[in-house]
Amino acid sequence: MTTGRIAIVGASAAGLTAAETLRRGGWDGRISLIGDEPHEPYDRPPLSKQVLAGKWEPERTGLRAADALDLRLGTTATGLDVANRRVLLGDEALDCDGVIIATGVAARTLPGEARGAHVLRGLDDALALRAELANPGRRLVIVGAGVLGVEVAAVARELGHEVVVVAPEAAPMERAVGTEAGDLLAEAHRAHGVQLRLGEFVDGLLDDEGQVRGVRLTDGSEITGDAVLIAIGCTPAVEWLRDGPLDLADGIGCDSYCAAAPGIYAAGDVARWHHPVLGRPVRIEHRMNATEQGMAAARNLLAELDQERFGSRQEFTPVSYFWSDQYRFKIQAYGDLAAADQVQLRVLDKTDPGAPKAAALYRRGDSAFGALSIGIPPKQARSLRAAVATPQPWEQALSALDELAD
Amino acid sequence: MKITIDEDRCCGAGQCVLEAPDVFDQRAEDGVVVVLDAAPPAELHEASRAAEQLCPTAAIEITE
Ligand SMILES: Cc1cc2nc3c(=O)[nH]c(=O)nc-3n(C[C@H](O)[C@H](O)[C@H](O)COP(=O)(O)OP(=O)(O)OC[C@H]3O[C@@H](n4cnc5c(N)ncnc54)[C@H](O)[C@@H]3O)c2cc1C
Ligand code: SF4
Repeated sequence: MTTGRIAIVGASAAGLTAAETLRRGGWDGRISLIGDEPHEPYDRPPLSKQVLAGKWEPERTGLRAADALDLRLGTTATGLDVANRRVLLGDEALDCDGVIIATGVAARTLPGEARGAHVLRGLDDALALRAELANPGRRLVIVGAGVLGVEVAAVARELGHEVVVVAPEAAPMERAVGTEAGDLLAEAHRAHGVQLRLGEFVDGLLDDEGQVRGVRLTDGSEITGDAVLIAIGCTPAVEWLRDGPLDLADGIGCDSYCAAAPGIYAAGDVARWHHPVLGRPVRIEHRMNATEQGMAAARNLLAELDQERFGSRQEFTPVSYFWSDQYRFKIQAYGDLAAADQVQLRVLDKTDPGAPKAAALYRRGDSAFGALSIGIPPKQARSLRAAVATPQPWEQALSALDELAD
Repeated sequence: MKITIDEDRCCGAGQCVLEAPDVFDQRAEDGVVVVLDAAPPAELHEASRAAEQLCPTAAIEITE
């Protein structure tokens, strides 16, 4: 039937997967994949790991694109006419049967600019920071102790730099994993020589004739450094949708099918959808979610366009997952770790504070919703996933921790 | 169908094993993917493709 067009805005993990899913699902119309970056689509997780460490050249991060795409790189979507399903690219307008929005998030920054002050979101950012760290023995100040900040701290230490992490939280990755696990990570980073300045607020950059020389704290004191990484989180890339009717309170508000409006879907870091199992709206900035939600949005859009041919829509109810690599240990998290009433952390081995082994479960109400592993072989950690895939009664889930301890 | 993997990319997410346990496994010590059947029979093609697509590091490549 179709010979129309589906436009996907954002040519990264979520957008590419959506395109691939449309093709595999049988969409034989045109697929326009629009991305404002000049590079061929690439993957972001290696940027703060292999690329920053100098182990991979940028080409290695490339993601494969689906066949027969109308791929438009270096092209910015400037607006969306929601009622008429029309994507605006400056002077050009694309009329579509459906639209998938996958524009991700952009790094937040501090006011002011200076040479040597970095953010890390895209490939060019990673290469700039890598160049900065090319010669060992420099002093890097990292603002923010989230996943990104501490991953970079680990890489920079291994490259032989002095590293100071400054953040308002009480522990690294506190928002992602809670204080109990965060304290364990703090110990690990200290054991590797990272200086942690927790509970401190950065007011702005210090610069010397345009060259950064550290940060100023709100109490007026200073932390000096040769380079600064600003890793204070991201904001959804929705400015281009401002004039429209969509709910943009925190990313793009969607229903449980990832639909923001008839024929308009969203996926990946930019999408906030109603998760039916968790019973609340969530927006997830993890790599696996970009893939899973890209698939879900594409399938549901096809189903909306032609139910007879593509079947009916399905609610999007993932068990979310993220990983992080730090020094020689891996962190993996399954399910929902946010807003826990109780965290049960079990340390399995603390002989080497620089390489902790631990697992934790996260309770809300009477059930376990989230699970975390630190330094445990991934295959073993999979049993934790089972404990939270469908939220299990707390006491029952705890036995998964006992099994790991054996 | 031919399955190849890039071990360096794999983060040990185990998503492939959940999707296609007859085709993929993980090494016990580091979780890196192991292909059990690099040329799986037709009835495993769909699950293998799903694993390729779901892998969060694009470590799996399927040709033909
Ligand atoms: C350095 C780094 C390390 C990470 N490490 C991990 C990790 O270890 N584990 C993990 O689970 N997750 C990790 N993540 C998160 C993961 O990479 C993201 O969740 C994932 O990239 C989200 O994919 P996305 O397609 O939704 O958005 P993005 O990857 O942000 O892609 C959105 C794309 O849309 C483009 N765009 C934006 N606006 C427009 C417009 N108006 N017109 C056209 N194009 C536009 C952007 O330029 C971008 O290319 C990491 C992220 C970064 C930055
Ligand atoms: S899904 Fe991908 S990253 Fe995860 S174990 Fe399989 S190959 Fe490795």
